[in-house]
Amino acid sequence: MTDYTSDEMMTVAAARALKDGMTCFVGIGLPSAASNLARATHAPNLVLIYESGAIGAKPRRLPLSIGDGILADTADAVISVPEIFNYWLQPGRIDVGFLGAAQIDRYGNINTTVVGGYASPKVRLPGAGGAPEIAASCKEVIVIVRQSRRTFVEKVDFVTSVGYGDGPGSRERLGLPGKGPQQIITDLGVLTPDPRTREFIMTAIFPGVTEETVRERTGWDVAIAPYPRIVPPPSAAELAALRGFHADIKPV
Amino acid sequence: MAEIVSLTEAISRAVRDGDTVAMEGFTHLIPFAAGHEVIRQGRRDLTLIRMTPDLIYDQLIGAGCARKLIFSWGGNPGVGSLHRFRDAVEHGWPRPLEIEEHSHAGMANRYVAGASGLPFAVLRGYAGTGLVEQTDTIKPVTCPFTGETLMAVRALNPDVAIIHAQRADRAGNVQLWGITGVQKEAVLCSERSVVTVEEIVDSLQPLPGAIVLPSWTVSYVARARNGAHPSYAAGYSERDNDYYVAWDAIGRDREAFGKWLQEHVLAEGARV
Repeated sequence: MTDYTSDEMMTVAAARALKDGMTCFVGIGLPSAASNLARATHAPNLVLIYESGAIGAKPRRLPLSIGDGILADTADAVISVPEIFNYWLQPGRIDVGFLGAAQIDRYGNINTTVVGGYASPKVRLPGAGGAPEIAASCKEVIVIVRQSRRTFVEKVDFVTSVGYGDGPGSRERLGLPGKGPQQIITDLGVLTPDPRTREFIMTAIFPGVTEETVRERTGWDVAIAPYPRIVPPPSAAELAALRGFHADIKPV
Repeated sequence: MAEIVSLTEAISRAVRDGDTVAMEGFTHLIPFAAGHEVIRQGRRDLTLIRMTPDLIYDQLIGAGCARKLIFSWGGNPGVGSLHRFRDAVEHGWPRPLEIEEHSHAGMANRYVAGASGLPFAVLRGYAGTGLVEQTDTIKPVTCPFTGETLMAVRALNPDVAIIHAQRADRAGNVQLWGITGVQKEAVLCSERSVVTVEEIVDSLQPLPGAIVLPSWTVSYVARARNGAHPSYAAGYSERDNDYYVAWDAIGRDREAFGKWLQEHVLAEGARV
């Protein structure tokens, strides 16, 4: 028995990946929860940047949208949307971009556009938003997504945001300035890219997670490191901070 | 010079069937009251442009006003899907919806190009994504100075821009602040514009970070108190997050949506 959920473990693991003083481009949902948790615990000087134009936002509760008033009210600066993308994201000023995914493949390419064909999709997803340029231009990218066969697929139905394309050299050929995705943090553990092949490998797992579960919930023949790191469970302080945020918002 | 008129008059004079219309406001200051007035006036065959279609375009699409949508992120922020948008794309209900899809960076740059009087904007984006193949409004371009391959995106020049702002003075100068999105660019790139405001005041007090759109850049100003609800106007109202959550069930069901449309839009008058 554990006294925390797999989602809480995932959010805590993502928060730990952020270092104090970093600048972080934050999407809504799990990325926002993780980066605000980091700021409330080990990284008080984390600079949160939201695509609505809020730079250095310090919300006291989790926002429901990237444009909530609390982000602008607590920001160091509020700028226009063309400016956030052109002056701040595009030149590679931002250390880490945090993305979610509806589908992701072994090279960290992300689909948030359609399931099925583009012209007559089975499921029409929200689309790109800021993600393609976050994936291209942030110095590095962290993906946070629950692990399942539906999500971790052999081939994404649509490339919305590029990870490592079709393997080594792809990012360079495409002229993508950032290093690309460095971690995929899931509710089972953490995948990191093999430095040679760029294929994502399960290199850390959460307490109690078995290799069998990892394979069952991955749609490609996933490699698991011989001795995966076991991620320490959430501390009391991390859980208290995370639950404090969630207490203030209504569940969706 | 902007004319100060009622919301009903502003929409009837500015928006025609078949127009290309951009109703902007990035989560903040979304012009819902004006959108509902467009539905009430029964406009059809519109090409709707918005970075984030949000509930406002879910409602216009569900009401059958739109022929085409130009956008970059079509979800209910923090909640999930826009079900009327999905129903139109996946099932052609209430009518088929053509889409032209971009990233946020691309859309923002398209507005900038339009406002700048240029045919296209250039950015470092889209490379390797599937978006490039789906529209002829994204093309590679070679930098004449460095030889680098970049992406060009076609300018947006809508017939009408519609935005909501905090206030205007009696001469029709408009002031907005907080998260200002792409509203300035949307107004400047469009042939005509409608600005709804929380209040009309004798004189505009300068505020840090505020944008002023001079009266001569705006066609019509109309008062619409709380005209951004369930979005918000900083200094006047808070975002109604519960409404966004509750919309999921309404938007999900054609019948529930029809009932909502009848009760909350068609049976009501314009907000003043």
